[in-house]
Amino acid sequence: MAPPAPRTGDAVFANVERVNAELFTLTYGAIVRQLLTDLEEVEEVNKQLDQISIFRGYNIGIRLIDEFLTKSNISRCVDFKETAEVIAKAGFKMFLGVTASVTNWDADGTSCSLVLEDNPLVDFVELPDTCQGLYYCNILSGVIRGALEMTRAWCCMDKFHSAFWCCFKACISPEPNFWCTHQGMCLVRLATHPR
Amino acid sequence: MIGVGKIKQYSNVLDKPLSRGKQEFCLQVSLSAFAFLFSELVQYNQTQVDNIAELERRLEDAGYAVGARVLELLCHRDKGNRRETRLLGILSFVHSTVWKVLFGKVADSLEKGTEHEDEYMISEKELLVNRFISIPKDMGTFNCGAFVAGIVRGVLDGAGFPAVVTAHFVPMEGQQRPRTTILIKFAEEVLRREARFS
Repeated sequence: MAPPAPRTGDAVFANVERVNAELFTLTYGAIVRQLLTDLEEVEEVNKQLDQISIFRGYNIGIRLIDEFLTKSNISRCVDFKETAEVIAKAGFKMFLGVTASVTNWDADGTSCSLVLEDNPLVDFVELPDTCQGLYYCNILSGVIRGALEMTRAWCCMDKFHSAFWCCFKACISPEPNFWCTHQGMCLVRLATHPR
Repeated sequence: MIGVGKIKQYSNVLDKPLSRGKQEFCLQVSLSAFAFLFSELVQYNQTQVDNIAELERRLEDAGYAVGARVLELLCHRDKGNRRETRLLGILSFVHSTVWKVLFGKVADSLEKGTEHEDEYMISEKELLVNRFISIPKDMGTFNCGAFVAGIVRGVLDGAGFPAVVTAHFVPMEGQQRPRTTILIKFAEEVLRREARFS
């Protein structure tokens, strides 16, 4: 029997059970607030938030990938370009209800940016002056990294700044430096190393 | 610049419109995304505490922050900035409007406690947050519904009805999973004020 055809992100999202995005946004805000309260020092928070958020995001990612593969019937991706497209279109759509666009490919096709214009995590979030250096959506990079590692893609994230938005670049390095984004558009930068 | 043409960038977050338009999917995320996030919230708090009471308190505090914001949002958006001043009014607001917005359905039941004058109970057959959670036996009576209890406490506190809110499992005959009851115990001053009104 032929395997079932892969479903588009929209089709999958229409079929899964959904909850109000505001509850999701507020719960994530509560998590970040708890982390900030526990760790107190913003510098410390930034260092730890990278790890802790990534750690937590990583935990989510390694379980999320199973659900993603089951529900979407996506077949094996042949190359990194396809992987990035699948994450941007099907992955984000299925869980967050929004699609990302893939841009900024580098010369050898090993790193790209995923741009999220509409991110439910950062709805109505404004960072106070004391937390300007906080990378609010770091959890996303952890989720993607966890999911990709489970599929043997061995990516990790690196940081990259720009005036308006922060993005994070995924590449293999022994010491992952993760940056999360601030409000507005979210950029995820993915890259792979040749193995 | 990437994609800038599509969305109007608001310089001030307070200028953004509260409702995101008519598109249904804009306002929703998948249940599994929320479930994953909530499980990470619980797991993170488990690493920070030594005992169950502390864990429940931390979950409740997280919910309190959510509740305070939900009250502001709903009062402005759905109720036209009208304030509830009566006990039954605020209880039915929590039971219907808040539950509908957060969990997609009205709560199963709202009851007045028989033993004490100041107790009310909102019951739900299966709380959304508890759906994918199983409590190990050695954690006793711990209930992740403490998060929802915190939300209710945040709403009530913000509306001027201070209360102690807790979540309990109530085993039901003939059903495998117990029902969850949110027990609301209002402060003295609320009852005195209510007595003055009627």
